[in-house]
Amino acid sequence: MSASFAPGKGVEQYNPRVKQRQNASAAMKWFLFGATALAIVLLGMLLYSILAPGLPWLNWHLITNMPSRIPERAGMNSAIWGSIWIVLGAAVMSFILGLGTAIYLEEYAEKNRWTSLIQTNISNLAGVPSIVYGLLGLVVFVDWMQMGRSLLAGVLTMGLLILPVVVIASREAIRAVPPSLREAAYGVGATKWQTVRHHVLPSAFPGIMTGIILSMSRAIGETAPLLVVGGASQVLFRPSSPLDPFMVMPLQIYNWTGRPQEEFEQLAAAAIIVLMIVLLIMNSVAIGLRQHFSRKARW
Amino acid sequence: MASTTTTPSGRVQRPPLNLSGKKNRQRSEHIIRWILIACSLVTVATTVGIITILLWEAVNFFREIPVWEFLFGTTWTPLFEGAQQEFGVVPLVMGTLMTTLIAALIALPLGLAAAIYLSEIAGERARSILKPVLEVLAGVPTIVYGFFALTFITPVLLEPLFPRLGTFNGLSAGIAIGIMALPTVASMSEDAIRAVPRSLREAAYGLGATRFETTMRVVVPAAISGVIASFILAISRAIGETMIVAVAAGQAPAGQSGASSGWWDLTQSMQTMTGFIAYTFSSDISRSSTAFYSLFGVGLLLFIMTFAMNLLSQWITKRYREEYD
Repeated sequence: MSASFAPGKGVEQYNPRVKQRQNASAAMKWFLFGATALAIVLLGMLLYSILAPGLPWLNWHLITNMPSRIPERAGMNSAIWGSIWIVLGAAVMSFILGLGTAIYLEEYAEKNRWTSLIQTNISNLAGVPSIVYGLLGLVVFVDWMQMGRSLLAGVLTMGLLILPVVVIASREAIRAVPPSLREAAYGVGATKWQTVRHHVLPSAFPGIMTGIILSMSRAIGETAPLLVVGGASQVLFRPSSPLDPFMVMPLQIYNWTGRPQEEFEQLAAAAIIVLMIVLLIMNSVAIGLRQHFSRKARW
Repeated sequence: MASTTTTPSGRVQRPPLNLSGKKNRQRSEHIIRWILIACSLVTVATTVGIITILLWEAVNFFREIPVWEFLFGTTWTPLFEGAQQEFGVVPLVMGTLMTTLIAALIALPLGLAAAIYLSEIAGERARSILKPVLEVLAGVPTIVYGFFALTFITPVLLEPLFPRLGTFNGLSAGIAIGIMALPTVASMSEDAIRAVPRSLREAAYGLGATRFETTMRVVVPAAISGVIASFILAISRAIGETMIVAVAAGQAPAGQSGASSGWWDLTQSMQTMTGFIAYTFSSDISRSSTAFYSLFGVGLLLFIMTFAMNLLSQWITKRYREEYD
């Protein structure tokens, strides 16, 4: 064996530092894992800080009673009903307007300046702080339209707030319907609306419903705009007409958190548990819906 | 069967296709089109409405308080009487910027780390645990984070470290906002990193790069526009966040509470722009006072700040997107 393959000068100087670089790589892996696992720790602490003070206060009184000065008697019945009405009302409103907008943008609109303006506008609206929607609702619905600090004003404000979310989700669902479906419908002589109504919408429906439910779970936790529109004062009865004052769950939590007595802080924790359970149910329904229909997709 | 007849030659004859509804159909197509256009106009009207009412009401406010006094004044005491009442928004802006800074220090590095871990390193099992955890954190209402900041972050996590920490302080609110914004950064950045084509990674490995080098010098730079867009969006959300600061950051503007040593003092009460608006509605102040109109001056400033950041985020995504394949 002659040493004919003795490395040249350049190769001698080359030092790949393989060991060092591999160590750096391994270190990064653990560092990134640690940073991500911190999310679990944070979630754990969050849950602990709610469950520890809240669980002892979780009972039927909380759900069936009206707010009270005495913590042992205080409940959030009016807030639960307020949340139900606000979320359902806002969902219906944003469903109609959002679906209409999405259909227009995806199926009807020509690609021109006006359309792209509407699109940019919608993504910008999604980024407007929610409290600004509250100011809009206060001036337009509460004052100009003279609805007062009513359930109706709250519904309209919340409907506008979740509208961009619904539009974006519905557009994605409509876009996922393959063009061949539309072409087949046009091919047998269907008009545009017949195509949309009988072929595109049924196929896009699960995606649209998922978007609606997710926007409802955003609406149920949203506090700031309703604080501006409805105020933070206690409501001791269920709303029975659209013009009644209202209270919602997160506002009730805010109200209780702000009091000096420790009992109300624990009551707030219990109310958070109720709110989180409602959210959990809504999100599971959304996920279940998505999985159920994605298995049955026809293309 | 009744509608078809058979001729003696055996061919089936159908009656002519009934197209009498054609005209009606065309008319209803037209109406539907306009209904849909009307729906899409609601979103435009919302934007126009927001800008109009903010400007309109802010003008009422600026008639009494000059714009420059509002923008550059360093004392914010809207609820005081007479000569002590001052409308200098600087302390509120400082409160917003300081809490946002803390939030960014938490959300941006941790969110990006989580995004890299989830897309580049985590196996199926780690992903199936970590991804839902981030989704749950993203879905928690902000009022809950406010409660967490007030009842856990301040007394349990921070009090041992900062002996002169106030019950309400900017630091705990900032940390809670950071936790709230973390999933936004993580999921948006992860999408951007996942969109980097496999061939780039393979080329880097082929040249002998380690995983660390591939990730840091090839994959992340290739996804940088999406990562930065997620950063800006998270910062914009932190600026606009209301309930966390309303619950945990206190009601005295930065540097104006007794124990505070200045606008930078995160251990003391630090009202933000959003916090002021929320506080005004939790206390009953007269609807015709200057203090009430100052809401819209603050609201306008808040809207301009977040709007500019959202536009910037969209522009960066569009302008610096690396297109592959």
